[in-house]
Amino acid sequence: MSSKFFENPIIKWVEYRLPIFSFIDHSVGSGYPTPKNLNYWWNFGSLAGVVLAIMVATGIVLAMSYTAHVDYAFESVERIMRDVNYGWLLRYIHMNGGSMFFILVYIHMFRGMYFGSYKEPRELLWIIGVLILLAMMATAFMGYVLPWGQMSFWGATVITNLFSAIPLVGDAIVTWLWGGFSVDNPTLNRFFSLHYLMPFVIFALVFVHLWALHVHKSNNPVGVDIKGPQDTIPFHPYYTIKDAFGLGVFMLFFMFFVFFAPNFFGEPDNYIKANSLVTPPHIVPEWYFLPFYAILRAVPDIWFISAKLGGVIAMFASILVLMLLPWLDRSKVRSARFRPVYRQLFWVFVLDCFILGWVGANSPDAVFHGIPFLWIGQTGTAYYFAHILIIIPLISILEKPKTPPESISAAVTQAAE
Amino acid sequence: MIKTMKNSLKAGLAVLALAGLMTHGAAPALASAAKVELPARNWSFNGMFGTFDRGSLQRGLQVYQEVCAACHSLKLVAYRNLSAIGLNEDQIKKIAAEFEVQDGPNDEGEMYARPARPSDRFVAPFANDKAARASNNGALPPDLSLMTKARKGGADYLHALLTGYKETPPDGVKMGEGMQYNVYFPGNQIAMAPPLAEDAVEYADGTKATAEQLAADVSTFLTWAAEPELEDRKRMGVKVLLFLLVLTAMMYALKRQIWADQH
Repeated sequence: MSSKFFENPIIKWVEYRLPIFSFIDHSVGSGYPTPKNLNYWWNFGSLAGVVLAIMVATGIVLAMSYTAHVDYAFESVERIMRDVNYGWLLRYIHMNGGSMFFILVYIHMFRGMYFGSYKEPRELLWIIGVLILLAMMATAFMGYVLPWGQMSFWGATVITNLFSAIPLVGDAIVTWLWGGFSVDNPTLNRFFSLHYLMPFVIFALVFVHLWALHVHKSNNPVGVDIKGPQDTIPFHPYYTIKDAFGLGVFMLFFMFFVFFAPNFFGEPDNYIKANSLVTPPHIVPEWYFLPFYAILRAVPDIWFISAKLGGVIAMFASILVLMLLPWLDRSKVRSARFRPVYRQLFWVFVLDCFILGWVGANSPDAVFHGIPFLWIGQTGTAYYFAHILIIIPLISILEKPKTPPESISAAVTQAAE
Repeated sequence: MIKTMKNSLKAGLAVLALAGLMTHGAAPALASAAKVELPARNWSFNGMFGTFDRGSLQRGLQVYQEVCAACHSLKLVAYRNLSAIGLNEDQIKKIAAEFEVQDGPNDEGEMYARPARPSDRFVAPFANDKAARASNNGALPPDLSLMTKARKGGADYLHALLTGYKETPPDGVKMGEGMQYNVYFPGNQIAMAPPLAEDAVEYADGTKATAEQLAADVSTFLTWAAEPELEDRKRMGVKVLLFLLVLTAMMYALKRQIWADQH
């Protein structure tokens, strides 16, 4: 913000008592120095923040017309769709917003992996990010149960039943989670309560995520540290306008689905009211869980560990293992631009995640050109863990990286020449 | 005691479903065998500028009333909603008044029957699911309010199903008691008898009631029943996208201008 702004007597009066304007200025204003070379992959974090705000705003209004009771939940959602003014708009924004949130966050995370944003000194920033992903998953899962359709009910049944794999106390835990002996009204009520609570937990985590970000500032495409003022430009107006433009592009994408293909990401079965006596032929989670669903189903019986317990362990491990990335990757060079081997294997990893998602959408018994999906899923799962636990540490030691530029400003002038 | 038994039965079913998932065991062979392409139709409500054909909607309502409504409910739609497909207040009142709903209790504490009003939802043909099954050879005719959203393929599927009956099943297919062969129904065996024969209704507007026409009209009507907001949604969507397009273009110009000294 300009110094003229801070000379305004009212601003001065407030600022003296509560330095909120300088806080904003140092957070997202002209007082926040940002690497001058950030590309459009750096738009996704702020976009995810905007979607979080949209989800909370629409969610609060939807909750005013929603009834968390097994006899009324499905009908109350349909009342929102039919009788509440613009209820269909609110609900379709909220429903598609969930999918958008995951698209943005997955791109944001792949960005971090490509440019080595998780490396020293941003380890905690990365770990908090993984915690945000976990919180998002819990929120999305419970939110999907609320409309009380067939997939809501059976998805909840399958996922909560996973906890019964825990030795000795598993069944007791599941009964405790359900608040009864099956997914029923107490389950729906607590899921509604927690679905309303979790976004505020995410808000808190995002705050800590930004706090950690502001200590060492953003990483950047060449992955070298900020060496001085010549490497940075003020966040405002440069990145505020760049984020605003990116937001426009994203909103075009988001709103296309809201208005013209609102059920594209959903399952038709969820427009059938939950029925505990009729199992859908094909229980699938929302698309953003599909890779993890494939990992869950890929694990066979191993020695004394049942396939179910093994699958649950593998599924949770597939996310938790990401927290170890800063230490598994020994390479001092952050950006994949200067790591020829890592760069190629990064894209293999991205492809592997897509393959796992595709496997998750298919029945394990189904066959693709003579190859059972179960095998593809097992190979994909093995590669997922091998990439993170073996390939990344190995190439970080064996690979000879190219020399990154001296500084950000050196890289920028080089590119301009 | 019964409650506990019911609950443990439910839990048992859930565990069974899970076991099925986890062991990759007995695949429902039916589901994978019945993959048939749905013929895609050029519906008036398709596309970004799609709207419902009012004539088709009203004919579809007539098909629903005279054919489907004998077995299928439409519980989420109210009679007053029919104003959206072009019926006037008197027509709506007349349709509603043909049905009776239970109301009460009155001042004497008695429940009583009264003719339905426009504010009432479509009256179901059966008092409850058990009554519906009892009259339909054990099968439950599903509610149609969300049918096009609740099936992959939507209106295309519905139309294909309604016109996809075969009098004689292919060789080697053994039909269950009272079941019909349908090309598009998952598993191919459907309890619903072919509902739409030529001239099953006499259209008020004189349109020739071929089976094809009947199926298309009722599919249009049920798409409206499932997505009554469709026209508003698409109309608003076009405006929103145009607005965003202009806004984004302006943001891009501003971005170029602000960044000019950096390049």
